[in-house]
Amino acid sequence: MLSNESIVFSAKNVSKTFGAGKNQVTAVNDVSFDIYDGEIISIVGGSGCGKSVLAKIMLGLYPASKGVFLYNGRKISNLKRHWGEVQSVFQDPFSCFNQFFTIRSQLEDAFNIFKKKPSKEEIKRRVDEGLLAVNVTPKDIEGKYSFELSGGQMQRMLLARIFALRPKVLIADEPTSMVDACVRANILDYLMKLKKELHMTIVFVTHDIGLANYVSDRIFIMHEGKIVNAGTPEEVLDKTEEAHTLKLLDDIPEVHKEEWIKNSHRAKNKKVS
Amino acid sequence: MSKSIFEVENLSLHYLGRFGDKTHAVTDVSFKMKQGEILGIAGESGCGKSTLVSGLMGMCIPPLYPTSGDVRVAGESLMNRTVEDIRANVLAQKVSMIPQGAFNALNPVRKIKDIAADVIAAHQSSGVHMNAQEIYQRLRTRFDLFGMDTDRVLNSFPIQLTAGERQRSVIGISTLLNPQMVIADEPTSALDVSTQKEVISMIFDLLDKGVFSTMIFITHELPLLYHVADNIAIMYAGEFVEMGTAEQVVKDPRHPYTKALMGAMLSTEKAQRTRKPVAIEGAPPSLDKPIIGCRFADRCSIARPECKKNKQNLRIVAGREVRCDYAE
Repeated sequence: MLSNESIVFSAKNVSKTFGAGKNQVTAVNDVSFDIYDGEIISIVGGSGCGKSVLAKIMLGLYPASKGVFLYNGRKISNLKRHWGEVQSVFQDPFSCFNQFFTIRSQLEDAFNIFKKKPSKEEIKRRVDEGLLAVNVTPKDIEGKYSFELSGGQMQRMLLARIFALRPKVLIADEPTSMVDACVRANILDYLMKLKKELHMTIVFVTHDIGLANYVSDRIFIMHEGKIVNAGTPEEVLDKTEEAHTLKLLDDIPEVHKEEWIKNSHRAKNKKVS
Repeated sequence: MSKSIFEVENLSLHYLGRFGDKTHAVTDVSFKMKQGEILGIAGESGCGKSTLVSGLMGMCIPPLYPTSGDVRVAGESLMNRTVEDIRANVLAQKVSMIPQGAFNALNPVRKIKDIAADVIAAHQSSGVHMNAQEIYQRLRTRFDLFGMDTDRVLNSFPIQLTAGERQRSVIGISTLLNPQMVIADEPTSALDVSTQKEVISMIFDLLDKGVFSTMIFITHELPLLYHVADNIAIMYAGEFVEMGTAEQVVKDPRHPYTKALMGAMLSTEKAQRTRKPVAIEGAPPSLDKPIIGCRFADRCSIARPECKKNKQNLRIVAGREVRCDYAE
């Protein structure tokens, strides 16, 4: 078993509530887990299950209302230091870049998060490396602004930033939900490359259990703020009886599920023939 | 053979830039739809799906202009008409659209019933006038079909509703005037898998109840389209590259692009689980100039030098239309 030293995130009975009185909403309800160094963890659940709130607790954007949440054995207090080691990729890449500055300058400015900023040449070299890692020639985006690129390209720019900054942990909050299938395959490849080459711990938040199965070492299934199922992809996909997991699996439209929608034309035609 | 209700003939659309530069977003699209048919259109982002939707509704608002071709709903042409004319006589009554983001489509400071009343007022053909009470009654009967708490939903602001209720309200408002054709432009791509299933199930429920019968469903998820559509057209860089029944296109794709698109899909099926999804390398061509040869040639695995020179026409391969000279 893995030793205590390799625990990156540790949550003990963590809850997060919003509002008070009768308007109180419990977004995360009494969750406990450990995330180890170098793992890819997927948090899977429908909308409103609290998965994004959990991701934001990991980033230090929300403090936990109850319970203890530790990063490397200590509480998250200094956010600048925290973000030097824990970085994120969000759903909508266009809202992550300022459209008044070139992408290149923003990628270089990202290094301001470090207390000890590398030299200018070093920064330039690392941004180039990051861009090459996501198969973009640095020359192609020279002098370009965010609105000049497509959604897929922008999502790659976000990942290029991660390749350049090389944080220890990456929180990816639905990075694939706004892009089409081709780009999605690309992004999953890059996530796995991050783990393989930079030994990064990755928390991948998604609503598609199929994606989670493909990339992750362990999967957490969330429902109404609780983690209802956790384990390796095999345990979660094959050996489970847990109702919410089965529903998530069942709801993915797939070619081999002939009767995915009971009242569709297809299902009806099948019944006739 | 029953008569086609919706006919599109060689439709080409372009965007006109500030300096007179043209972007040929849609080129030479033709298809016919019969009453009760569901056509799925799939393709990656930026391939012209949403531009095509504007063209199909006759809403060519500058900088979008029709280059050539014709769109006919039940024999009536939608081309070369003013936007006001289209809005008053075609939209919501003949052709209606279900937009992508339910939240963006609803005015946050108005109640659902007011938004719906506006739609009726804006699209009513001249001569028919309904007072507020009649409109409310009509709304109630329609929304009752959805199995929702009708009075509460109608008197709510969009922010007070759940994602599913909002999407339902949007579909309800879109189909209020019993359109002959419904065009759904990625109605589920922002939803999670469970809500997506609910919405699709609801669309089929409305089809069963005869609220509308003919639909064009646009998405980039091919497996989803397989369950929804009778026929599927695959779009690439503004052209249809493959057109056939859902079964043919998804289970046995013949055009190299469709094959590549299916290869990029993930599956939770046991035998397929470890298969690596393969992304298509490269990017679609720029559409600033008309392209003569095959548009997919640069990214194609079976491309030959002559592909870029020869115009590729739709030809029949294994019972469906494919725009590739070398597909088998």
